[in-house]
Amino acid sequence: MCTYVTTTAAVAGSAYDGEEWFGVDRAVVYFDHPQDAPVDHALCVDVWGGAARVAIELDAASARRLAEAILATLDHDEVAALTG
Amino acid sequence: MTDGIIARTTTITGHGGDEIEAYLAHPLDGDAQPSVVVLHHMPGYDRASKEIARTFAVYGYAALMPNLHHRYAPGAKATDAAAAAREAGGVPDEQCLGDVQAAVDALRARPESNGKVGAIGYCSGGRQSWIVACTLDVDAAVDCYGGRADPALAPDLRCPLLGLFGEEDQSPSPDDVAAMAKALDEAGKDYEFHSYEGAGHAFFSVDRPAYRVDAAKDGWKRIWAFFGERLQGG
Repeated sequence: MCTYVTTTAAVAGSAYDGEEWFGVDRAVVYFDHPQDAPVDHALCVDVWGGAARVAIELDAASARRLAEAILATLDHDEVAALTG
Repeated sequence: MTDGIIARTTTITGHGGDEIEAYLAHPLDGDAQPSVVVLHHMPGYDRASKEIARTFAVYGYAALMPNLHHRYAPGAKATDAAAAAREAGGVPDEQCLGDVQAAVDALRARPESNGKVGAIGYCSGGRQSWIVACTLDVDAAVDCYGGRADPALAPDLRCPLLGLFGEEDQSPSPDDVAAMAKALDEAGKDYEFHSYEGAGHAFFSVDRPAYRVDAAKDGWKRIWAFFGERLQGG
């Protein structure tokens, strides 16, 4: 199914494309047919800086694990103390 | 007969006068070739979609597939252009129609053309094929599991339509397909739909887990019969 469910988030930081780092300003998140991942549908993230992009395609369960890992890290006491 | 084909990237003047790339595949033999515009899926103007165009050429058709994502990242890989198109909010229907009209015109202008042009699309391209069939002057159209197609367009259908769907698809779901069929029946339109048991979305895709060999083989047979009856000769 083509879900067309797309969410864009403003982000700040850098991404690495295998050759160099570049500044990024937005992340596009969607659930749709992947380009490469061997699943019917994937949670896809494109992190953009201008026309440069890094991309990931994950099956739904592993995408959820990644999201939980990010939140668990941010919510850790030592990290929360630094980020407020 | 050489039994040969040629396939290459060309350029057409699409919607708004924009130069966009398009993939052309056609037989080397024959001076009355039927033609088909191929509408690629959301992952873009990729290797698998070009293979479909070449398959049409093997079966005697001239096939032209406009790169609907070209404007968003000229010269980029299909994967990057598809991402750029999505990031820009997707391809507007009006722009797609302009690009398809340009492809139809280019195909009809070929000296080897018999003047008849069909349209076929997969996934998001299936929905676009439906809109093309309800808007432009084409001789036949095939919608392969196009989700989110609007049944309200049914009274505007301008050519025979073949729809190929998977019973396990969620978009279009069996209810979506039934609603489309109901609208076409009420409008008295020429169409045939086939829904395959055990198949979901993208069952033609040989390089994806969704591939279903029985559905794909039968679907191709129906495509050749449908286009053969409506596009050959002339």
